[in-house]
Amino acid sequence: MNAVAPLKLMIVDDSNIMRRKIERSHQCARLQFVGSAGNGKQAVELFRRTEPDVVTMDITMPEMDGIECVEQLVQIKPDVLILVVSALADKATAIEAMKRGANGFLCKPFSDRQLTDALDELLRGARA
Amino acid sequence: MTKVELETFVEGTTHYFQIAANQPASVGSPYLVNEGAPGIQEYTGIITIGGKRKGIVYFTASRPMLTVLLMRLGETDMTHENMCDLVGEVANQISGSARRDFGREFMISVPRVISGAPEHAVTPANVRSFVIPINWRSHSAQLVVCLE
Repeated sequence: MNAVAPLKLMIVDDSNIMRRKIERSHQCARLQFVGSAGNGKQAVELFRRTEPDVVTMDITMPEMDGIECVEQLVQIKPDVLILVVSALADKATAIEAMKRGANGFLCKPFSDRQLTDALDELLRGARA
Repeated sequence: MTKVELETFVEGTTHYFQIAANQPASVGSPYLVNEGAPGIQEYTGIITIGGKRKGIVYFTASRPMLTVLLMRLGETDMTHENMCDLVGEVANQISGSARRDFGREFMISVPRVISGAPEHAVTPANVRSFVIPINWRSHSAQLVVCLE
């Protein structure tokens, strides 16, 4: 993965205000926003079209939840970096997401700083 | 309902204000509604509880309060959809805290949102509701916990 060129970011969340909040905040993390989806099914379609490098993924969504969506995205592009962003703060959910291929977990609600730190950590992990 | 259970729902609500809005909310004196249904404001996010406990938990707030909260989140779009989205997010946070603290003994639904007064009472008629005022800036919302 090229560390110099901006990485493409896709946001998946059924909440419009969360999508917009992440879109506003991501600029600190040197990512190029390529699109957002409101459920897992839309996310898979958008992912195939835009081929993002980084995805923020909600868990509780209609149509297809985030856990299943993570698994599908990883099948399409195994080196995609996925940050799960969810209010489901229990360990079981985080472990399940990681098992399916997610790379990080951020609990909702979060501050702009927490999001930036989580994305930076995700990218550092990818470069390591 | 135990004090610990009640505290989980309250903590889930106040945590949202503390982190998302970066301004803490204060908790007013809780009270029991013995007759009739507890009040509903303009926007309400509802979760349904099943399993070990059965009932309803909801967060209800006014449009002015949600407008200020959206502004604190950096949002400029004050549409009806975003108001619904916001109370849904608060309810989602309450749901997440409950799952974390109660585990699989509680089955907690995905939040649903209503605006305005519902056609039918949201809470079961035969169960008393706890109402916990959530005060933030000059506004007051209510957290309503109604568990068998």
